Amino acid sequence: MTRTVLTPAGRGTFAHGVHPPERKNLAADAAIEVLPTPTQVKIPLLQHVGATCESKVKSKQELAIGELLADSEAFISAPIHASINGVAGMQSVATLPNGRHVPAVPVAAGENQPSAEDLFKDVFGGDWPTSGLEQYAPEQIVQAARDGGLVGQGGAAFPTYVKLKHNPEKPIDTILLNGCECEPYLTADYRMMVETPSPIITGALLAARACSAKRVLIAVEDNKPLAVDTLRRAARGTDVQVVVLKTKYPQGGEKQTILATLGRTVPAGGLPLDVGVVVINVGTAAALARAVLRGKPLTHRVVCVTGAGIERPGNLLVPIGASYRDLIDYCGGLKPDAARVIAGGPMMGFTLGDLDTPVTKGTSGVTVLTERDVQRPGETNCVRCGRCVDACPMNLVPTRLALASRGKDWDLAKKYHITSCVECGCCAYVCPASLPLVQLIRMGKAQMPKE
Amino acid sequence: MAEEAKNNEPSAPVLHVAPGPHLQDVNLTTRRMMLDVLIGLAPVIVAATIFFRQYAWLQFGVCVGTCCLSEAICSAIRRKPIPLPDLSAVVTGLILALSLPWNSPIYVSVIGSAVAIVLGKVIFGGLGQNIFNPAMVGRAFVMLSFAAAIGAPAYVLHTGENPANPIMDVVSGATPMTALKESGGVTPLLALLLGNTYGSLGETSALACLLGGMYLCIRRTASWEIPAGVILAAVVISSAIEGYLAATQGGGLLNFIGNGGHWGVLSEVLGGALLFGAFFIATDPVTSPLTPKGKFIFGLGVGIFIMFIRKLSVYPEGVMFAVLLMNSVTPLINRWTVPKPLGTK
Ligand code: SF4
Ligand code: SF4
Repeated sequence: MTRTVLTPAGRGTFAHGVHPPERKNLAADAAIEVLPTPTQVKIPLLQHVGATCESKVKSKQELAIGELLADSEAFISAPIHASINGVAGMQSVATLPNGRHVPAVPVAAGENQPSAEDLFKDVFGGDWPTSGLEQYAPEQIVQAARDGGLVGQGGAAFPTYVKLKHNPEKPIDTILLNGCECEPYLTADYRMMVETPSPIITGALLAARACSAKRVLIAVEDNKPLAVDTLRRAARGTDVQVVVLKTKYPQGGEKQTILATLGRTVPAGGLPLDVGVVVINVGTAAALARAVLRGKPLTHRVVCVTGAGIERPGNLLVPIGASYRDLIDYCGGLKPDAARVIAGGPMMGFTLGDLDTPVTKGTSGVTVLTERDVQRPGETNCVRCGRCVDACPMNLVPTRLALASRGKDWDLAKKYHITSCVECGCCAYVCPASLPLVQLIRMGKAQMPKE
Repeated sequence: MAEEAKNNEPSAPVLHVAPGPHLQDVNLTTRRMMLDVLIGLAPVIVAATIFFRQYAWLQFGVCVGTCCLSEAICSAIRRKPIPLPDLSAVVTGLILALSLPWNSPIYVSVIGSAVAIVLGKVIFGGLGQNIFNPAMVGRAFVMLSFAAAIGAPAYVLHTGENPANPIMDVVSGATPMTALKESGGVTPLLALLLGNTYGSLGETSALACLLGGMYLCIRRTASWEIPAGVILAAVVISSAIEGYLAATQGGGLLNFIGNGGHWGVLSEVLGGALLFGAFFIATDPVTSPLTPKGKFIFGLGVGIFIMFIRKLSVYPEGVMFAVLLMNSVTPLINRWTVPKPLGTK
């Protein structure tokens, strides 16, 4: 097959944004370890953007890894599978880090579990061909993505098959793999790119086939030269191009990555497919390769456990539904000065009140911050310095949006384009008055009457 | 104990739950910004000390003291915590002191400071709510009320009447701006640069203002767009005037720049309170626009008004009025310069 290789037209960066301390060194050199199978997992039936799944298993039913656990008829949803061998329990409720209460099915671990080596090999090992992929029809790839329960693993957890599905009105010319991992601290994607680049490349090529994209790009920030190297080596002989972007937060935000790599601006309120792009996370690409080539669903994912408040930071391959406590305990537990446990990274993650919260498909990391890390100077009035304006990657006026949200002035909020806010938190990061800008805006977005 | 509890029971409630982001740029706080302004003012304060000795410090003490006291009293009346730790009252006091003449009577300085805080800031709701630069409100009030005490004549040194006056390093008896306006006298560039001339405490040394101003811009406590706008406007307008003069009356490049008995473009920039105003007064974040574009427009406006007042009005200097005028259009500028969100046309 002949493909035209186009040079990406982006400038490698976007306007505004911030440079928080990266602190990736905490876990960057810790090779991926397999978390020993916990005694029990609790699998939430909503782990993605879209409809909640319905349980397909009965209490006390024996389950094997990869068996269908729950599914939904809805278009935007993704089935959920058992992540360990064991016995299903009574359906209960789990509270997700974002505060949502969702139904969940507990699974008690049976005697028989795969060994760590086998599991790692099953997920990442073996051969990942980069040629001969024509044998998979686009529909077949999309179906595998759906059956495998694939969702975006960068955090947003949007069902992958919906993105890949052919849309005659919106042709796709570029598959963009997001390997930016711009959140400070987190290194899960980094470890995958360094240790297991092959399934990522294969997954990228499959995704390109699924939506007939001519071009496959992998965007990586320039603070990960090793990942750039390993990916380039693994991509040799294919049309996959690795694009190096400037290290800046939120470079990994979909709209920013597209702008930086391709120079295309996603219209306000629009989606990447409006500019002919599908963005998928590198971890999702690896899972796609596994789903298509091996017929295995998404049952495990790599989670980075990091921060100054954790004894032994690391990167773990964990079954979906394992509790944050299992991960933290495996990494030596919390240090005495640990103050905040965050699901995700420190910029966009949610704090956990309860460590028994289960890991979901969208969990990219656990960041434990210490008292020192989270100290904030007292709040003052807005001094109208405009720093939030200079930091906002969406070019908004955060101080006005926060004011509008606080006063519930929805006309003002709309006038200043509140819906364009991607909740990246840059504004609150820089505000010298320590105003909870994004927090207010988020609240405003949630409370604003929908038209 | 709390630690033990945490070790045994990681989910003990000592873990805070808070909305993200969980990091903050601790280099940037309101207090740090104010501290930066104080650091930026250091060269100016040194220059004022060299040229005006203890008289400078008398004014600093009176103004800063009165500002802090006023702030404390107002907070007590409004039953709010005293916001002194944010240092903004100290900054207002210093800026006001630096924009007064060395011999401003104590009562004038006290009234100016009290007005700056009460009418300039507190009645609007405190830091961040005011429309006008508080120090300039105080300055304008006393200037209009006590014109004789601190207006242009006050700057003139009456050596004969005050033989004990220790100030002798200076070269002329009036401020460069007054001298120019009233008698066409031209202060040499070097004096304007170093500051051994008359003027308000903080304005005489262009060099000190530049040094401190650069620091503020590098720290990004002051937005460079504002001083850039002010200076650009002043340079363009005075160049136009000089160009016209050169075309009609002749005169070389030296004339253009300003030296050898001619008040040129460079004199216009270095003389008077232009640099002090551009770097320290106009850059007050509260009373200037939000966006970089807005800030530049604001700076241009201040520069244009300064030149207008200097050239066309009876006043020798116009920084104060220029800043207050532009303060009043800041909300308008903000409305004109709302940035376009990414992805909109
Ligand atoms: S950064 Fe904070 S203080 Fe500055 S304008 Fe924005 S909200 Fe106000
Ligand atoms: S307003 Fe929204 S998009 Fe802009 S910096 Fe704040 S959180 Fe990010």
